[in-house]
Amino acid sequence: MKCKVCRDRAVIQVRRHNANFCAPHFVDHIHRQVEKTIHHYRMFRPSDRLVLGVSGGKDSLALWDILTELGYRVDGVYLHLGIGEYSSDSLRFTQEFAESRGLDLKIVDLPTDVGFSIPQAAAATARTACSACGLSKRYILNQVAAEGGYDVLVMGHNLDDEAATLFGNVLQWNPEYLARQAPVLPADDGGLIRKVKPLIRVAERETAAYAVIRGIEYEVEECPMAAGNTINRYKEWLNALEEQSPGLKANFLFGFLDRGQPAFASHRGSVELAACAECGQPTTGEVCAFCRLRRQTLVKISSRAAS
Amino acid sequence: MKVILRQPRREIEVEGVSKVADLFKQLDLVPESYLVIRDGELLTIDMPVGPDDVIELRPVISGGSP
Repeated sequence: MKCKVCRDRAVIQVRRHNANFCAPHFVDHIHRQVEKTIHHYRMFRPSDRLVLGVSGGKDSLALWDILTELGYRVDGVYLHLGIGEYSSDSLRFTQEFAESRGLDLKIVDLPTDVGFSIPQAAAATARTACSACGLSKRYILNQVAAEGGYDVLVMGHNLDDEAATLFGNVLQWNPEYLARQAPVLPADDGGLIRKVKPLIRVAERETAAYAVIRGIEYEVEECPMAAGNTINRYKEWLNALEEQSPGLKANFLFGFLDRGQPAFASHRGSVELAACAECGQPTTGEVCAFCRLRRQTLVKISSRAAS
Repeated sequence: MKVILRQPRREIEVEGVSKVADLFKQLDLVPESYLVIRDGELLTIDMPVGPDDVIELRPVISGGSP
């Protein structure tokens, strides 16, 4: 296969764009896709203070590299989940990346700073590990962004993440979730920081290829708590369909955002957010879901220690 | 040839393969879910491969609840 731009040997085929690229032209292609997404959805301006949620995986590290190459100044925030070797390896990849490029990285250590790990939260509550992790990440990243005076919280969700989430919400016909899934989640007066997803036009395979081409070392192994989880299964199914019909994932997601989602607008509702009685972060109830998770988990840990 | 698989990392020997595409057929894997890496370089599906090659098939699916 030859690069569609220069006719050199291609290193990647992007079938949904009917294009093959050599390494330098693939990097250009990805930069253009992300820049286009940022402008199309008016995600942020050059003057905005940006903080990126980084996990040590391919998506967030690739995005940090892309945004830096595009000229944006972006700080990173890493949440240590307390998942053994997986967490220590992920942290090492993140720190090495930040140090090699002179980028600012804030680290929040869930076990040390808050008092529990994700495996402990999953064991102590009715939540799965992925659910406890998702809740903790949303809470801590928003808190760090708010306290740090950032305008925008940037996330590394890619096309496959968003298509798989949409697939799950369609299977459940969950109108509230369908109404809210978006490339930009606006800031809220109650304290939610504006959240954006600049990688939604880039497939998972392409962020991984970008990382390899750019020499970015990332955590390839899967989180041991996430093995066989539902979202990953949906991704495998969607990839099997994509193999037969290139462009299917992008059509599914962007067709929904452009044409499907307006039908669910009435379900967006106007949820009143108030300050959590315990931590002050925005919540729909009296005490936020994270404070309830923390309280339940800490009670279980201390009762185990006592017995 | 030696093929390195991940999640978890392990190695297998594969014979009778002359192109990357054959590798996916023989192992019954979906190309959209993997990168093929030889000596740090990405290979497209049409590339020839030989018995002395060491090939990594790196899965690209990751993440739990986004």
